[in-house]
This record gives sequence, C-alpha cells and structure tokens, in this order.
Amino acid sequence: MNTTTAPTVERPSVISRFFKGIGLLRESPVGMFGLALVIFWVAMAIIAPLLPLHDPLAALVPFQKIMTTMPDGTHFWLGTDDKGRDILSRVIWGSQRVLVWSSLATVVAYFFGMMMGVAAGYLGGWWDEVISFIGNVLLSFPVMILYILIVSYLGASGINIVIAVTFASAPGIMRIVRGLILDLRTRDYVAAAQTRGEPAMRIMLVELLPNARGPLIVDACLRLGYTVVAIATLGFLGLGLPPPDPDWGLMIKEAVPLGSFAGHMMVIPALALSSLILGFNLLADGLREISLRD
Amino acid sequence: MLILIARRLGSMVLIMFVVSVILFGIFETDKLAVAGKVLGPYSSIEQRELWLDQNGYNQSFWTRYVIWAGNAMRGDFGQSLQLKVPVSEVLWPRLANTGILALFLFAIMIPLSLFMGVMAGMKEGSFQDRSITVFSVLTTSIPEFASATLLTAIFVFTLGWLPGTSSMTGGFSFKELILPVLVLLLYDFGYITRMTRASMAEVMNSQYIRTAILKGLPYKRVIVRHALRNALIAPFTVIVLQLNWLLSGVIVVEVFFAYKGFGKLLLDAALFGDIFVIEACTLVAVFVAVASQFISDIGYTYLNPRIRFS
Repeated sequence: MNTTTAPTVERPSVISRFFKGIGLLRESPVGMFGLALVIFWVAMAIIAPLLPLHDPLAALVPFQKIMTTMPDGTHFWLGTDDKGRDILSRVIWGSQRVLVWSSLATVVAYFFGMMMGVAAGYLGGWWDEVISFIGNVLLSFPVMILYILIVSYLGASGINIVIAVTFASAPGIMRIVRGLILDLRTRDYVAAAQTRGEPAMRIMLVELLPNARGPLIVDACLRLGYTVVAIATLGFLGLGLPPPDPDWGLMIKEAVPLGSFAGHMMVIPALALSSLILGFNLLADGLREISLRD
Repeated sequence: MLILIARRLGSMVLIMFVVSVILFGIFETDKLAVAGKVLGPYSSIEQRELWLDQNGYNQSFWTRYVIWAGNAMRGDFGQSLQLKVPVSEVLWPRLANTGILALFLFAIMIPLSLFMGVMAGMKEGSFQDRSITVFSVLTTSIPEFASATLLTAIFVFTLGWLPGTSSMTGGFSFKELILPVLVLLLYDFGYITRMTRASMAEVMNSQYIRTAILKGLPYKRVIVRHALRNALIAPFTVIVLQLNWLLSGVIVVEVFFAYKGFGKLLLDAALFGDIFVIEACTLVAVFVAVASQFISDIGYTYLNPRIRFS
C-alpha cells in the first residue's frame, strides 16, 4: 500500500500576515497616507491620558487665540473656547470618544449584518425573503432620518447611538454578505462540509464567513468612517453623546454662533474630523486597489 | 417590462405600507401618551381620556391606523403641536424650499460631475484622471457640517462676501443660496464623478471603442458618438438615487444655515417631539426615496437594451 500524505504547509501566523498586508499597502501611496492619518488619530486616542494636556473640562482662560502663552507660562497651543477649556486637549480627548463609540457601533452593526447576510445567503428560501424584506424596509429610509428618528425616540446616549447605527448599517452589510455567500456556497469545500454532515450553523460560521472577509475589510473601513461622520453629525444636531465630555460635533455646534470673533473654535474640530474621515476613505481606497490587483 | 413595472410598484406599495405601520406603531400605540403630547405634560388623566374620546381615539389599533393612513393619503397629517397649525400648511412650503435648493444643486452638479467623470475616465491612469479622482475623494471625505464650517470661516468671517445664514427673512435671495448649494455640491459631486469615471473607463477599454479608434475615426467623434452613450447609463441610476442621499444631507445643511426647508422642519419636530410632523416628514421622505429607487430601476432597464427582456 502506498499512502501519500498531503504535504502540510505551515500557515503563517496572524501577526506576520498582518505585517505582510501592510507591506502590500506600501504600493499604494494614497492608501499609506490614509493609514498614517488613521494611525495618528488612533495613537492620539490611546495615549491621551499620558500626554501633558490640560483637563478637557477645566475652565481656564476663555477666548485665547492659537499659540498663546499665558504670563504664568501655561501654553494653549490651539487656544481655548468660550468657557476657557483647552481646545487641543478637547480635540484629542474627543478623538478617543468618537473612535471608541464608532468602533463599538461598527462592530455591533457588523455582527447583526453578518448574521443576517449569512442566514439569508446560505439558508435561502423564506429566511432570504424575510431578511431581505426587512433590509429593504430599513434601506428605504434616508440614513440621517433613520438616525434622527431612533435617537430622538430613544433619547441621546452612547448606547442608543450604537442601536441607531446598527439599524442604519446592518441592512447594507447584510446585502454585501448575502451576495458574497451566494457565490461562496457553491464551492466544493461547502459541499464537502455538507457531506461530512456538519450542522448548518457551523458551515455558516466556520466555512463561509471567514472566506468572505476580503471585501468586508474594505467595507468595514469605509463604514467606520461613515459612523464617525454619523456620530459627529448627531452631535452637531444636538442628538449626540451627552455633554460636557468633548465631542467634535458638539464643539462645532457650540462654536458656530461665535465664529465671527473666535473662528479657531470651529475650524480646529472641523479639520480634525475631516482628516480622520479622509484617512478612513483613503485607506479603504488603497485596500481596494491592492485587493483588485491580485 | 410591464411585469417588471408592476412588480416594482407592488414592492413599493408594500414597503410604504410597512413603514407607515411601523411609524404609526411607534408613535401612536400608546393612546394616553399621544393625548399627553397634545395636551401638554400637566394635563390630568381625565382630560386626556376626554380628548381621546372626542377625537375618536378609543378604537382598535387597526381602525385608527386605517383612518390615519386614509387622512395621510389625502394630505391631512393632523395639527402640528409646536407650530399650532395644520401640518400640511408647513410641510408643503418647506418641501418646496428644499426643492429650490435641490434644483440649483442638480443644475450645477449633474453637468459638472458628468464632465469631470468623462474627462477622468477617458484616459485611465493619466494625470488628469489621478487629480480628478483624488480631488473627488477629498471633497467627499469632508462631512457636510465640517465643510460648511470651513467655508463659513473663509467666505463669511474672513472675506465677508456672503451671509452666514440663509433664513431668507428678507425674501428670496440668491446670495443666501450660494453657501448651502456649494456645501451640498462639494459633498455630492464626487460620488457621481467617480461612478461616471468607472463606467467611462470600462467603455473605453471595450472592443468597439478600439475598433472605432483603429478604423480612423476622429477621437472626439469616438467619445461623443460611441463612448458616451454607453458610459452614461450607470451614472443615470446614481443621479436619481442621489435624491435619497439629498434628503439626508439637506438636514445638516439646512440646520447649519438656518434655511427654512424640509430637513430643518424634521429636526425641529424630532427635538420637540412633534409627533404628527415627524410622521408626515418621514412618510414623505420614504416616499421620495422609494419612488426614486423605482424610477432609477425602470430607467436603467429602459436605457440598457441588454437587460430589457431578461
């Protein structure tokens, strides 16, 4: 008897694959720039407690311009707002807040979107009909109106924003996942798993979902950007995370009426927000470019 | 084609029905809460009961829904709690104001973004393609209220050329319309430009364009007569669907510039808890969204002969 064993190929570890992915991204200068912007803000959010910043809530000296040094030697690099709070500190602490809530909301939306999509795509039949119809109903609302309805009905809080983002984003994620699964379910490894008698749940979660991850990573990146915009916009409309903790959208809202003599109060958070979103969008563009290449 | 239209219409009606049931269910299942909203927080239970009785609220949920939906279809959405006038009296003028905004936006955006998309897609990978693409990502990345902030800082507070609010208290004014339209334009045009670019680039790579160029037709003629026809099918769908996006985007812009449009009406109602206005605005918005989806689907099928009978 001649038994041949298939040669086993050692799978590179997650970490080395991650760095290989970053290496691939080097070929796209636009993607690298986006990654740099995102890493900058994530780093700021993480090290915010370690930085020598003023307390973001402390009322110091109101209406100081950019690059002010007080007689006693305290610096306000980006000035202070109408209540005398340090803007640099508020922008950096604000990045932590917006990144934490937007990541949480995106993860929750992805969880529900993927479950719905994989069930609709793999189980088909009535599951597909019902789930797709729910998705169509939710997608027929203009997004911002859905946010406003949900948040104003439930009340403005972090958890309710997560719920609103989930309702608004999960249908879109569901559609993408469903499309991917419809394609993947015809593959041989799915047939093999079915023949082995694996339960549908296991096939969906272990065989199908991990193989759909490529396009989902690009989408997640874009969606994270949208969620940051949504949270900031809700803050601007007065339906966001509750004050007094620093929130970019709310900072802009409060600064606009004072714009004629304290323009820096509104321009700085607007620039911070734009640069973060730009980072996510360029990163997604770069990732898409590489994924199309091979 | 007719079957397709009928099926689409059917799903449109079904979605409107479900959305209206959800809305009615959320806001008016609890009758006493509705009465509390109308009569104010200090009204007694007896007063609320009396009001419910007088206004025909003491019926089953579905009876009330049918009456409500029937009135809504005739344009009667009840009385605004905040403004103390019938909802229809504020809704339609506000919608018309948003329509004016949309009209100017589309009149500028469609030619501009189609032109830029075609210019970019004509020579894929060229300098003009790269710069148009990067520019459109850049402008689309800036959230509307951030670009509104930055533009206001430049044109209103630094240069002093334009008014910072667009409430139109002194009658209609073009000057007050510039900034809101500009903000919406910056945010929206990039998407259509990129769709047009992708579609144009695809067409330019196709066999029949190569044939046309190789047989010696002038380049301009190849573009105008051969490429554009096919390249503009995809952007058409996107432009119609843009109406749906606009209803989202317009809220922020109208609030920022205090423009008396549909979006501001909805937000004010949501913040006040003016349930009848919220219901009316949402129904109208979803109707516009679903109808534009319908037009886009049918239009795409009509314009693209390849999928007409499949």
